[in-house]
Amino acid sequence: MSALITISNLKKAYGSFTVLHGIDLDIAQGEVVCVIGPSGSGKSTLIRCINHLEAFDADSEITVDGIAVKPGRALAKVRAEVGMVFQSFNLFPHMTVLRNVMLAPMRVRHTKTSDAEKYARALLQRVGISEQADKYPGQLSGGQQQRVAIARALAMEPKVLLFDEPTSALDPEMVGEVLDVMKKLAGTGVTMVIVTHEMGFARQVADRVIFMDDGNIIEAGPPAQIFDQPVEARTKSFLHAVLDH
Amino acid sequence: MDLYSTFFNVPVLLASLPQLLSGLLVTLQIGITSIICGLIGGLFLAVTRLYAPVFVCAIVRLYIDIFRSIPLLVLLIVVYYALPFVGIRLSPFLSAVAALTLVSSAYTAEIFRAGIEAIPHGQFEASAALGLSNRHTMMDVILPQAIRIVIPPLTNNCINVMKDTALASVVAMPDLLKQATQAQALSANPTPLIGAALIYLILLWPMVVVVARLEKRYSKGKR
Repeated sequence: MSALITISNLKKAYGSFTVLHGIDLDIAQGEVVCVIGPSGSGKSTLIRCINHLEAFDADSEITVDGIAVKPGRALAKVRAEVGMVFQSFNLFPHMTVLRNVMLAPMRVRHTKTSDAEKYARALLQRVGISEQADKYPGQLSGGQQQRVAIARALAMEPKVLLFDEPTSALDPEMVGEVLDVMKKLAGTGVTMVIVTHEMGFARQVADRVIFMDDGNIIEAGPPAQIFDQPVEARTKSFLHAVLDH
Repeated sequence: MDLYSTFFNVPVLLASLPQLLSGLLVTLQIGITSIICGLIGGLFLAVTRLYAPVFVCAIVRLYIDIFRSIPLLVLLIVVYYALPFVGIRLSPFLSAVAALTLVSSAYTAEIFRAGIEAIPHGQFEASAALGLSNRHTMMDVILPQAIRIVIPPLTNNCINVMKDTALASVVAMPDLLKQATQAQALSANPTPLIGAALIYLILLWPMVVVVARLEKRYSKGKR
């Protein structure tokens, strides 16, 4: 099995505080990986390194589809292949929903306006908000905004989708609609790396669950193994704190 | 002689009006040219400061600090009376526009920088994650939002540039103020000066009102 993403010895520190202590991780084409762990464990930093939103140590190495992730010309190529969905949506507030989705294909891939619009409308349909296409992000609910953000990431037809706590900023009643869209995506063969606190979702959708703490991967495996038979004490106590209440 | 015929002498005013209006035209030419050049210069400086290597940023910073510190009148006199000694001989018009543009660029750069810094970091991150180049990030995402924020302070700066054009009269530029002082000398009556003051007011008062409105609207519109 060839890995689409390889991460080796990933280290990252803010001053004297080390966030990631040399992470090694390979992610296969089409795999859905959920990263769980307490806040401050480095899980967001880990996925933000994959598209180099965070710089990392010079002796660390990440490749996506064979391209090394490092500053320079190749980085644009990596970012075109890697879509990202943020906790706070980060939609462009001065553009309509439709323009938000059309922008990157037109600017980065030089897609014709008419083609970009057609594809954007199809994507908005797919995430269930085609009737909001001409509204501005500020007029939408949080759940709708996050679905637009997913459509915007999909517009670049990425090989990998990164989700950085996509439901953490949402009102509880809107979490479901976003997770539903993500579940559907997981079935399409796109590689997904998801940082989440939604354990039920992780158990249902993930091919592999990774538990992180203190900048290390403590335990990784299929959801059934991690959730039902965790080996490490820290995994057990985390799951105990999250699940039994 | 009563106050009225001294300061509001209608025949004198009417006689000097053509001269004042030709002065107004010159004032507008200097003002508008300097405003446009200052906007372009300021935007260029602000974006340079964001993306250029460290030493270029330091030069830009230095430029901004110097031209915000130097009195415009001093700069204008240096440009017009001192530069000819090193062979740079600018016309009164170009001297005025050059001095105003140099200073306006510095202020405008600071305004744009503040506007760009007010845009949430997530907008830069989302643009980067989509693979947009720096140029497209600026043109499509950041500047359209930043410009909305900086319209009130920019308009304010435009008002200042327009007012400062009056300094051009010291380099023999036949602008509104210069024409008014000449008309005053000719008619031995200060009415043309009052006329010029009124024209400045009529020109700039609406802009001041507009700025106040814009500031109110944008502070209300903030989320």
